Amino acid sequence: MPKLPKAPPLPSSLQAPPPRPGESNGKPTALGRAAEAGTTVVDWVDERTSLSGGARWLMFRKVPKGTNWFYTLGSATMFAFLSQAVTGVFLAMYYRPDPSGGAYESIRHVTNEVFLGQFVRGMHKWGSSVMVILVFLHMGRTFFFGAYKYPRELNWVIGVVLLILTMLMSFTGYLLPFDQRAYWATIVGVNINGSGPLLGPYLSDFLRGGSEFGATTLSRFYAIHMLLVPGLLAALIGAHLYLVAKLGTTAPPWLKAEQNPELREADA
Amino acid sequence: MSDKHDKHKSKYTLDRQYPGAFEGETVTRRRFMTVGGQAAGGIAAAAFLLPALGFAVGPIFKSTPHHWENVGPEDLFNEDNYVPVVITLAPNIGEAGKSTAYVRKFNAAIDTDPYDKGTPYIAISSRCAHLGCPVRWVDAAERFICPCHGGVYDLLGRRVGGPPVRPLDRFYTRVSGGIVELGPRFSVNSELRRFSPRDPAEPLDGIGQYAYPSRPGAQKL
Repeated sequence: MPKLPKAPPLPSSLQAPPPRPGESNGKPTALGRAAEAGTTVVDWVDERTSLSGGARWLMFRKVPKGTNWFYTLGSATMFAFLSQAVTGVFLAMYYRPDPSGGAYESIRHVTNEVFLGQFVRGMHKWGSSVMVILVFLHMGRTFFFGAYKYPRELNWVIGVVLLILTMLMSFTGYLLPFDQRAYWATIVGVNINGSGPLLGPYLSDFLRGGSEFGATTLSRFYAIHMLLVPGLLAALIGAHLYLVAKLGTTAPPWLKAEQNPELREADA
Repeated sequence: MSDKHDKHKSKYTLDRQYPGAFEGETVTRRRFMTVGGQAAGGIAAAAFLLPALGFAVGPIFKSTPHHWENVGPEDLFNEDNYVPVVITLAPNIGEAGKSTAYVRKFNAAIDTDPYDKGTPYIAISSRCAHLGCPVRWVDAAERFICPCHGGVYDLLGRRVGGPPVRPLDRFYTRVSGGIVELGPRFSVNSELRRFSPRDPAEPLDGIGQYAYPSRPGAQKL
């Protein structure tokens, strides 16, 4: 990690109050000892990693006046992604990417028989739509507040890549239930990819793993959906967040910069 | 440092007054280790990246073997109307690998195009040339109609309405011992000229046949 700038101090509400005169002499309470042990553990880790500086650098930042609820759309998108990741991991425990009936049967089993299976699958299914909607709202906020301008252009570019990867997740995940809708929607989607000139036919062959929708197409989509793209998404979300913390938050466009009359030049 | 470099353009490190230089040495040990270490890392990364990449893109270049599929005896089919038959496009994956073809006996009054001469049976693929949905032969209208986006084709599979970019694909046919067999698929342009099989949404008229090259492994008979 590069040398961190001097971290801002902990806010006063998080700092321990100084001991009152006469109180520190009493024997420590159980709660006091537990708090002391916690502090010792955190200090032990921090002395060896210096993590607290980075954590304070990330979390206790100055934000401009006028920030509002629109600024939470990015975090909302991230939590939608985390929800997809967690529910997806647990769905993978039951799912079988077997095109000759096993995939549909495993989804039917999760939905109808597994305890809370319908709920977890529903979270994953509807959460995917929520995530796509939140991505677009977040992008709209960034655009209309002018938050993509210098020096934040690179973060806009990373965001566009994240948008494309989210679309790829939606596309590959749609096939996995392997019912009629999933199958034909994927046929249509792959053929839309193939309609690009010159490279299109090769792209659709790559997606299908051959010239026809075959035995490995489903497992190919499954591997892209749960291994390849989630890793890329997590890494790029990390880069996106790093730049947000490093460059800071933009003020809303309707907020004029405060001008100190004493600092203003006489007749500019 | 740069001053020393400018004065001594010799290729020998000894002449350039590097500390600890050997007689006849042109590359310092530090530089040799740097380049060597980076090269070793690059080779190690390529050793697993290149096979993995080839593994993922390999199926594009795999040629699919021709096979002929038995679809029924000759007296099942007639000259005037299509009979749907189920064929297997991808083996071992059950229903998902099956497709429907519409088969009819060659009719000299209808199949006047020179490309169809000598074909015992006309076999039309149900895969829509727009985006691959399954078309259905509607007898009363004498049209193939696609349920997804409204593509409509005539008796010969030529587009008469909707978004498709070319006629419906066909299959080679042959008769072997009184049994009709369907062979590989091929695509046709709007004049029913034959091309090696293409995916849907890839036009074959004009520059289309060059803008959408056929895959390396798949050729027409």
